[in-house]
Amino acid sequence: MPKIKIKRKSTIIDMTAMSDVTVLLLTFFMLTSTFVQKEPILVSAPSSVSEIKIPDTNIMQILVDKQGRVFMSLDKQEDRIAVLEAVGKEYGIVFNAKEIQKFKLANSFGVPIQKMKSFLALEQGEQDKALPTLGIPCDSTNNQFKSWVKQACLQNSDLRIAIKADQTTPYPVIKNVMNSLQDIRENRYNLITSLKTVKES
Amino acid sequence: MAEIQEKSKGGGKQKKKHIHLDFTPMVDMNMLLITFFMLCTSLSKPQTMEISMPSKDKVPEEEQTKVQDTRAITLLLDGDNKIFYYFGEPDFQNYNSLVRTSYEATGIRQVLLKRNKKVNNEMNDLKREKIEKKLSDEEFATRSTEIKKDKSAPVVIIKATDKANYKNLIDALNEMQICSISKYAVVDITEADEFLLQNWEAKGGLIHETVTE
Repeated sequence: MPKIKIKRKSTIIDMTAMSDVTVLLLTFFMLTSTFVQKEPILVSAPSSVSEIKIPDTNIMQILVDKQGRVFMSLDKQEDRIAVLEAVGKEYGIVFNAKEIQKFKLANSFGVPIQKMKSFLALEQGEQDKALPTLGIPCDSTNNQFKSWVKQACLQNSDLRIAIKADQTTPYPVIKNVMNSLQDIRENRYNLITSLKTVKES
Repeated sequence: MAEIQEKSKGGGKQKKKHIHLDFTPMVDMNMLLITFFMLCTSLSKPQTMEISMPSKDKVPEEEQTKVQDTRAITLLLDGDNKIFYYFGEPDFQNYNSLVRTSYEATGIRQVLLKRNKKVNNEMNDLKREKIEKKLSDEEFATRSTEIKKDKSAPVVIIKATDKANYKNLIDALNEMQICSISKYAVVDITEADEFLLQNWEAKGGLIHETVTE
């Protein structure tokens, strides 16, 4: 019997085309997407048919969770510094350069101003753990939320307020936040929702 | 692309050189980067709903805008996703003046659409024209404000009880947008409305009590 010769085929696949595709995909993702902001609490926004997109800059986001804890985030770092100093002044607290630097880098905040100093002294990991249990006081006796919003609006006149609340938040909690905004004459604001399509009936 | 054929200069014989680059590590790295971008970024921006609340400043009696009885619809948002409505002034004697409906497309939307038929039809026509690209953005804006000025269009007052939740409020505001209602307000609930709701639960029982007392 003659020997069967097995032909050796080279297994090298040309990866050039594959590389082209991946680079294209990568470019697409880099250009179209925005980075996810770290939020202290997980909030599932209710859906609406509104198609207005939220603007990129000059946004102050107010996060409200089910228990009525309020967190805020400002998109500009220079605003954050100015607001912290202004609110600190109002409550007679002076922050040093190191604390301001730490505050500047944090995405969202929500700590009673009296606890701000001890909070800023914590390490990053511990801050993340402690933040969801705190929140800005927003009731009739101690409404620091009003001062934060008022100072932020004074610092940046183009600032737009956006409220993001969990869909199961009880109405009194929302009413409280809205009333506080009305008290400082901020009557126009946005409510953040997720998209839902209307079924034609 | 990876294979470049070079012609050697000079000499009579042509030598073929194959430069073969292995792109596998490049692909690996790109895939990793894509995964990173897919996981850490979001493509869609969140939607928003613009809302203007009435200002809290005291307005003198004569400057207050009065709503005609026939135009007013009051929505009462209660707990457990319950929603009630009544037209104009409520009738405290008759508990049936308060009607229970639902957030579904067959519920409150039908009531509002029926009341807002004229404006809604005009708005739908306008939107259709917009989609067919017969209109510019400015034209659309001016014409929609023109339509919304209609004097017979209903005015909706939204009142939420303490038992309602945020989703109920958004759903109610949503219906305003779907039914193209131009005038609506979110107002604090009054004692009279609380009474209406309780009376509805008691099927008119509360009226008799107050009468016999």
